[in-house]
Amino acid sequence: MAEQVWWWPYAMILVAGWLATDVWRWLGVLLSGRLREDSELLLWVRAVATALVAGVISKLILFPAGALADAPVALRLAAAASGFVAFLVGGQRVVVGVLAAEVVLIGGWLLIGLA
Amino acid sequence: MGWMLRGTRAAVSIPALILSAAFVGYAGLARESGLSLSETLMLTGMVWALPSIVVLTGAISAGMGMIPAAIAVALASVRLMPMTMALMPLLRVEGKTRRWHLLVSSHFVAVTAWVFAMRNLEDLPREGRLPFFFGFGASLTSFVFCVTGISYLMVERMPMMVAGALFMLTPVYFLCSLWGAARVAADKVALLAGLALGPVFFLSLPGLDLLWTGLVGGTLAYLGTRFARRGFR
Repeated sequence: MAEQVWWWPYAMILVAGWLATDVWRWLGVLLSGRLREDSELLLWVRAVATALVAGVISKLILFPAGALADAPVALRLAAAASGFVAFLVGGQRVVVGVLAAEVVLIGGWLLIGLA
Repeated sequence: MGWMLRGTRAAVSIPALILSAAFVGYAGLARESGLSLSETLMLTGMVWALPSIVVLTGAISAGMGMIPAAIAVALASVRLMPMTMALMPLLRVEGKTRRWHLLVSSHFVAVTAWVFAMRNLEDLPREGRLPFFFGFGASLTSFVFCVTGISYLMVERMPMMVAGALFMLTPVYFLCSLWGAARVAADKVALLAGLALGPVFFLSLPGLDLLWTGLVGGTLAYLGTRFARRGFR
């Protein structure tokens, strides 16, 4: 099996990691060509980029990889929602939102563990 | 050089700390998945986009073939193209900036640097923006690279709750910083639309879900806010 060779993971990282990721960045540079800072097209491109990242966010919360999957989905949603509300209320400081989400997540996790 | 150093100094920030903590969590996942230290570091530095890094880590540990893994990673990374497209007009000095400088700097496009750049570059003189962004991106990447290596070596087994808490950092941090970087109504509506559509497309069109989330959510947000701005013109 090719997977047994020592350099296989590195080849995977080069092709399936580096190329598969950076090709989009390079395309972004090449396609931005004459895109103007104040154009309608750019507004649309920004909206698409933002919606894509937002899709990543909800996937990370609803279908997480690793240890977070062990926390119930309701707790994960509650943590993310409280974090966002705290961020909005607390003067739009990212650190406030992140800390609030972590407090709810860990607090809730401990409570469930105790119950 | 002055602008590059300023970019480096700006990289010493709360977002950099949050991102580093998220990569501490990733180092634990990489170790659990059976990746070696050098593989983990190479993956971190060369891919440099956390969701894509997590996808490829899963693919390698599952023994997935190169082509299916490349397709999965490419689909998780599509968002980098519109992000880069939106950033370039800010970085470029028309007729002066070399394209290869932009191509090299584009490697640092990922949520943290992108959000920071979209928010702050406009206040800088045009000539300073590209070196500033390069300084910011290069120092952030190098710092997180070191953090990842150190935590891989130091954290043998992470308690479940700590690992989970570290994984919670990324989505909440993305959510808050993306909202903070929104400049027009379309960005905010697109954010909400993407949050709602992401799971819908994930369940109905797995694989291409992020692409559809971006295109449908972004277009709806753009058209809706355009109509609100200027009616049917």
